Amino acid sequence: MDKEFAARRRRDLIIAAVLAAIAAATPLFVKDVVVQNILILTLMYAGLSQSWNILSGYCGQISLGHALYFGLGAYTTELLFTKFGVLPWFGMLAGGVVSALIAMGLGYPFFRLRGHYFVIATIVIAEIGLLLFHNWEWAGAAMGITIPIRGDSWLKFQFLRTKLPYFYFALALCCIAWFVTWWLENSKWGFWWRAVKDNPDAAESLGVDVFNSKMGAAAVSAFLVAIGGSFYAQFVSYIDPESVMGFQFSLLMALPAVLGGIGTLWGPVLGAAILIPLTELTRFKFGGSGRGVDLIVYGTLIVLISLALPRGLLSLFSRPKKTGATR
Amino acid sequence: MGLLYGLIAVGLALIFGLMDVTNFAHGEFLMIAMYLSFFLFAFFAIDPLLSAPLVAAALFIFGAVVYLLIVRFAMRAKANAGMVQIFTTFGLAIVMRGLAQFFFTPDYRSIPHSWLGGKTISIAGIFLPEPQLVGALVSILAFAGLYFFIHRTDFGRALEATREDPGAVALVGIDKNRVFAFGWGLGAALVGLAGAIMASFFYIYPDVGASFALIAYVTVALGGFGSVFGAFAGGIIVGLVEATTALVLPPSLKSVGIYAVYLLVVFIRPRGLFGSI
Repeated sequence: MDKEFAARRRRDLIIAAVLAAIAAATPLFVKDVVVQNILILTLMYAGLSQSWNILSGYCGQISLGHALYFGLGAYTTELLFTKFGVLPWFGMLAGGVVSALIAMGLGYPFFRLRGHYFVIATIVIAEIGLLLFHNWEWAGAAMGITIPIRGDSWLKFQFLRTKLPYFYFALALCCIAWFVTWWLENSKWGFWWRAVKDNPDAAESLGVDVFNSKMGAAAVSAFLVAIGGSFYAQFVSYIDPESVMGFQFSLLMALPAVLGGIGTLWGPVLGAAILIPLTELTRFKFGGSGRGVDLIVYGTLIVLISLALPRGLLSLFSRPKKTGATR
Repeated sequence: MGLLYGLIAVGLALIFGLMDVTNFAHGEFLMIAMYLSFFLFAFFAIDPLLSAPLVAAALFIFGAVVYLLIVRFAMRAKANAGMVQIFTTFGLAIVMRGLAQFFFTPDYRSIPHSWLGGKTISIAGIFLPEPQLVGALVSILAFAGLYFFIHRTDFGRALEATREDPGAVALVGIDKNRVFAFGWGLGAALVGLAGAIMASFFYIYPDVGASFALIAYVTVALGGFGSVFGAFAGGIIVGLVEATTALVLPPSLKSVGIYAVYLLVVFIRPRGLFGSI
């Protein structure tokens, strides 16, 4: 069994490397800006969803408030940049650290809650963040922050004429999030998380530090999501509270993982690869009418997929009773 | 205003609180009810107050159909039941919003000159807007009715039993789907009532539900799942907190008070005020 498990992990790593290489090569063939845009967003959401999956999928603490960390990452980076001239690269790390610290601070009271009470608390805290930023004059309030663009610069991570650097950053983010998940999956933490998810009381009695393993998952998850938020802010070069902290981001982060397969290594990537292009294409095709046809198509798809495949798209590929680990 | 939240929350308390099914489309049920009431007024000149029973009846059918066509299957999921419910009902909410935009256009609408709209009544020197007063009255009646219904009738007992153990319930000959379809219908009918009353003094637009839905969830959770009285108390607290916050903080922050109180309550009592589960 162990041998088989190790072989599977090695296989996963090889597949990931091949996929990453293919992805890295796509811009050579795809020159269309619209398509490149969709690819960037797909990679970004794959990374975000992968990070969300660490806390909500592996550790089982369903958060619908990750927009808070996404927004904090974006705001920390841009406030440091526009007010103090700190380069976005440092701002990004700062945003990640701030988010991880806040996630742990919130974890203290939050992780006592279970079930619906926890989910609603996460929604509510993100909503509080949204409202506070809405009213925070220094941070631009409802007007948001426009990032001053002075031409292409790696130093400031802003590019007018090309989208390629964004593409590679999003790819890197996605790969890092995947790799972190891959690595954690087989670590002490990974096993603890799954134990906490399946039965917290039993896990506790067997010596798993339930509270701290939740905290660890929250910190890693929030850190990575915040990096994604910083990236998004640089990518769109304009942020306001709604556009980086709105509830829809919390859902958009969760959706790919759920559709692909929650609590699995490949679920978020697979889900994002299908969902995000679909979203963008329906918006592109039907969105112009302003009459909500894109919403109808999109919503119907979500209903159908979640009803037809409650365990996610990955369950289509899994052969029953083959592997030892929870897949 | 608090009782108004209570009225929206009472339907949700039944679906979310008592049957333990997540319904992320609750706000959209409200939106549909408001549109129904608007069109009944626009085409047949029926005042929202009169059409309320009609709207409630229509929503009853709608709720039961939604359960039978969609939610029933979502509940059958063996894995991640919670997530499946969240995302099917969320998808449904998006579809409903899209359909509303498609058929009704995103324009803001309102019902002019209804019996209730814009009138105030003075009791002992305090001026109260009539629509809110009627809303409060209906809300109290609805809660009393639901409380009686859950605790004093066979159906109420069947409902609670079905949530606790569907298997055992099936053994004694209760059809789970029939009970839950009826429960969904009733929950939707109650929100229909809320929508009809609110239609006379709120703007009606496709996204209107979203702004009320979150507060309704908070209200139900604040009161505690599994408790009708809790949802009622939750509604009153939410209304009071909102009013007080509005006095202290700028109006755009008024919801922060509600959210903060929710967090405070569940940190001290992780099951909500009167929750049993």
